[in-house]
Amino acid sequence: MSFVEYGDTIKDGDTAIVFLGHESMFPVKVQHGSKTQTKYGVIRHSTDLIGKRYGSKVTCSKGGWVFILHPTPELWTMNLPHRTQILYSTDISLITMMLELKPGSIVCESGTGSGSLSHAIIRTVAPTGHLYTVEFHQQRAEKAKEEFQEHKVEHLVTVKNQDVCKNGFGVSDVADAVFLDIPSPWEAIGHAKSALKIEGGRICSFSPCIEQVQRTCLAMEEHGFTEINTLEILLRVYNVRTISLQIPDLGKAAKDNSSTGFDSSNQSNQGSLYGILQQGTAQFKSGVPLKEMVGHTGYLTFATKSLF
Amino acid sequence: MEESAKPGLRIREGDCAVLKRDEVFKAVLVLRRRKVIFEKQWFYLDNAIGHIYGTTFEVSSGGSLQPKKKMEETTTETKEAGTDNRNIVDDGKSQKLTHDDIKALKDKGIKGQEIVQQLIENSTTFRGKTEFAQDKYIKKKKKKYEAVITIVKPSTRILSTMYYAREPGKINHLRYDTLAQMLTLGNIRAGNKMIVMETCAGLVLGAIMERMGGYGSVIQMYPGGGPVRAATSCFGFPESFFNTLYEFPLSKVDSLVSGTFSSETLPSEPEYNVPVEEESNGSVDEKQTLIQETEEESSTEAVMESNETEEQETMDLAAEDTEYKESKEKGNKENIREKQRKQQERRRKLVETAALLEEKNADGLIVASRFHPTPLLLSLLEFVAPSRPFVVYCQYKEPLLECYTKLREKGGVINLKLSETWLRNYQVLPDRSHPKLMMSGGGGYLLSGITVTVEKVQSDASSLEAQKIEEPTSKKRKLQELHC
Repeated sequence: MSFVEYGDTIKDGDTAIVFLGHESMFPVKVQHGSKTQTKYGVIRHSTDLIGKRYGSKVTCSKGGWVFILHPTPELWTMNLPHRTQILYSTDISLITMMLELKPGSIVCESGTGSGSLSHAIIRTVAPTGHLYTVEFHQQRAEKAKEEFQEHKVEHLVTVKNQDVCKNGFGVSDVADAVFLDIPSPWEAIGHAKSALKIEGGRICSFSPCIEQVQRTCLAMEEHGFTEINTLEILLRVYNVRTISLQIPDLGKAAKDNSSTGFDSSNQSNQGSLYGILQQGTAQFKSGVPLKEMVGHTGYLTFATKSLF
Repeated sequence: MEESAKPGLRIREGDCAVLKRDEVFKAVLVLRRRKVIFEKQWFYLDNAIGHIYGTTFEVSSGGSLQPKKKMEETTTETKEAGTDNRNIVDDGKSQKLTHDDIKALKDKGIKGQEIVQQLIENSTTFRGKTEFAQDKYIKKKKKKYEAVITIVKPSTRILSTMYYAREPGKINHLRYDTLAQMLTLGNIRAGNKMIVMETCAGLVLGAIMERMGGYGSVIQMYPGGGPVRAATSCFGFPESFFNTLYEFPLSKVDSLVSGTFSSETLPSEPEYNVPVEEESNGSVDEKQTLIQETEEESSTEAVMESNETEEQETMDLAAEDTEYKESKEKGNKENIREKQRKQQERRRKLVETAALLEEKNADGLIVASRFHPTPLLLSLLEFVAPSRPFVVYCQYKEPLLECYTKLREKGGVINLKLSETWLRNYQVLPDRSHPKLMMSGGGGYLLSGITVTVEKVQSDASSLEAQKIEEPTSKKRKLQELHC
């Protein structure tokens, strides 16, 4: 397996995702002799995992079962250990497309944080691109380096422990795209511009607060960026449910053979309109929104650096 | 002119380029001496050839493009401005220049910037406007009179935005952020073996190919006679990208799944890069769309071909009878052989593609079409390996509700999610930041999930039933709830 390439069977040293059910999964480091506890029992790596096909069902000691999935940056984002607030796949998707990332792209990113976006970028620019990621917190920079090594993508990424606002990305005139997710992005715009290729590139800044966005847009304009555009993207999830609604009893008309209205005795008429199963209810399928949804993550500001 | 280090950096003849003015995009083929209309302006692209992508141009008299140098903004001295609009009456008489006056200025060849300046000076209410209102006024006039065009390199971002704004009907109203979600949820990347079924003029295919960078392979399933790839040609991919692009007719899928596939009956002649004109939706009222460009090209080619055969025939007539007959027969034989050769090649490719599908190890499935998604998913998922993502786009929610239900019944998929994204644009200006007035009402819906291995079941019961038998009774109900 690899975060940048699919493999068929689970191998020693892989990072695999254990799927227990809806919204319930966790990553596991596959190792000979290791054991993993789940609520369905124990998974013995040597016998239950290694050599099995990804996507297989594994029965645990107590009898329950799980699925073992091949890791992807999206599954990693949902399961990685948080050291900071992370970016989720909804924002990541838009960032990837708007920065025009593809195999071979050179990308600069700061801050690395928990590496959620980093893994997604690495996946997209592989096998010929590179990610330069800057993190000013020493432990987080170390942990990120470790994870990239564990996930066998260290050849595609360079982690630098420095302050991007003071010292930039450590490279110049090489990047196709720059991404900023820091408290004061306007202080890094100049460095971003010099990291980008002379002939141009794309930049994105992610900020939760509109005041930060205002300052960043101003800085972008002052540095000659064009096509400055701020937007936000929100995800709405629907649950698929079969709903039964009760049909109200509006009473019966005085005459016996009156057949007006939508009353339960006229099942033959209504049967075609709604799936009436039993007396007095109508059934239908619906995409029901969740009770609560994420209403805001951050504002995404994109811009273009060009020669003109 | 220095040599450009990278290919694709400079505008070349034959490229597909995208014209941009503010938020409006249009894809055109860069050809010399070919008139182009864009945003009520006529011009030739000849002068653009050789410039770097991203260059901004002005249309000068005669329809030629001139590169626009970055002008220094007029110094912002504290201009005279009012405080509010309580005394500003909109009687339509505040601008002293008439239509004819402005036309005269334009005819004189006066630059847009100067015209805007004239309009400001001749507006009686300008001084009384607030600074913000003045700003807005200037922006509005600049947009109308300072016609500046940027030529940008096509990309998924540019083309998906363009198609959504200009011809959403051609792409089933797939909004660009929804497309972005599909590419990420589907883990589209270099090295994958992807199965794609789309009727979005080839935009989705192009986006996938861009994210794969020429590595791996793509099998495009198509309805009818052949795949439509009008948008795909806009991306400007190198030829090598198409070496690992395959296509397979939907009409043969059932036979492949059931094991009765034969290459004997092929669908009628596929139309690869000659796009099928679907219902025009009125937004494309200008004559030279990219689609028309390619159609014109193919028609000129056809004319050339018929000219050649005509020439041959006149030559043949001049020769002696037997010679004439022989050469004509040879000509016919050549045509027949060529046709047979092409047919054999197509059949060979079809068998090759069928073999690729039959391996049942694709790394993902993307569906975005005008067809009902359920039958497509149920059959095409057969060709996908376990533990791989799939994403289905539908303009409407209801078909995906049905799809979800059928997939649950079939089994072999987990982590099903039905979703849509909301996109909102903002105006960010000092003291004037707020979401924009209009936003997209809908960008379609996505159903995504991950495949898993399907257990081979002894009995006739569905796999769900079999699972019931496997599990200890006490855990039965709880586990079923959780595993869905």
